[in-house]
Amino acid sequence: MSAFLFFLAAIGVIAGAIGVVVMRNPFYSVLALVIHLLSLAVLFLLLRAEFVAAVQVVVYAGAVMVLYVFVVAYVGDASESIGERLSGAGPVASGLRLGGAILGGAILTELLIALLGTGLEAVDGYGAGYVPGPRAFGTPAYIGQLLLTRFLLAFEIASFLLLIAAVGGVVLARRRGGLDEEDDRDRLTPLDLLRPQGTGTTAEGVGRHGS
Amino acid sequence: MSIAWYLAVSAVVFSLGAVGVITRRNPLVVLLSLELMLNGGNLALVAFSRMWGNGDGQIFALVVMTVAACEVCIGLGMIVALYRRRLPIDVDELRELQG
Repeated sequence: MSAFLFFLAAIGVIAGAIGVVVMRNPFYSVLALVIHLLSLAVLFLLLRAEFVAAVQVVVYAGAVMVLYVFVVAYVGDASESIGERLSGAGPVASGLRLGGAILGGAILTELLIALLGTGLEAVDGYGAGYVPGPRAFGTPAYIGQLLLTRFLLAFEIASFLLLIAAVGGVVLARRRGGLDEEDDRDRLTPLDLLRPQGTGTTAEGVGRHGS
Repeated sequence: MSIAWYLAVSAVVFSLGAVGVITRRNPLVVLLSLELMLNGGNLALVAFSRMWGNGDGQIFALVVMTVAACEVCIGLGMIVALYRRRLPIDVDELRELQG
């Protein structure tokens, strides 16, 4: 049962990864990444990392992918023309792409040699012993205790990093040049409905109408 | 399944992400491929954590997820800023930092 689930999830993970790289439309790439992330969460569950799997589904497949979908929808027109330009690329571009694929194959070979050719016997094992219980390995209680005792500094640095990223995102994506003046003047205030025009406010006295 | 299978899957995902980062020209897809590389690393970390029965690898994976969320925030903000300034959304055409 565990082997069957592993192969099912591993096929999902690798097919999703291939889909991200191969798909021409960025929207389909995002959808392939969602499949990849959900399958990866199954692999995490098989490795008894319940909390990490839950965070993977909620944060990644939930929040981050929604952000991606919004941005792809926002800049969608531009990426279509990019795709056309890619299909009409010259021989240099296709040569570079071939070189990239060869480099990726070299990285894969090197990693497999390093990971599987290692002398560690534990790599071929099934992992350390596991005792089920409310505070067992990988449960939220276990992770929370580690985060707030041994890894408190890493936890605080991560929260500070999130703050910096939030401020940076607002600064990068904000609209330059402030509010439009005309928009400001045309806005209807509740007072306009209550009192008739020409009742002698200071604004009318100095020649500004409609406010 | 033995730990080696998980490590093999993580190596494949990492290499696929590297190929995507090198060959694709749309910065959105480059960011997605970066996510793939980070996920390959995460899978290896969680597998090693299971191998030793030690939670450190899972904490490391959570920190990597945080860093990935920050990277997405900044990267997508840059893409939106590029789009607003009518610059080409193409990593080969962007040469503003060359001076």
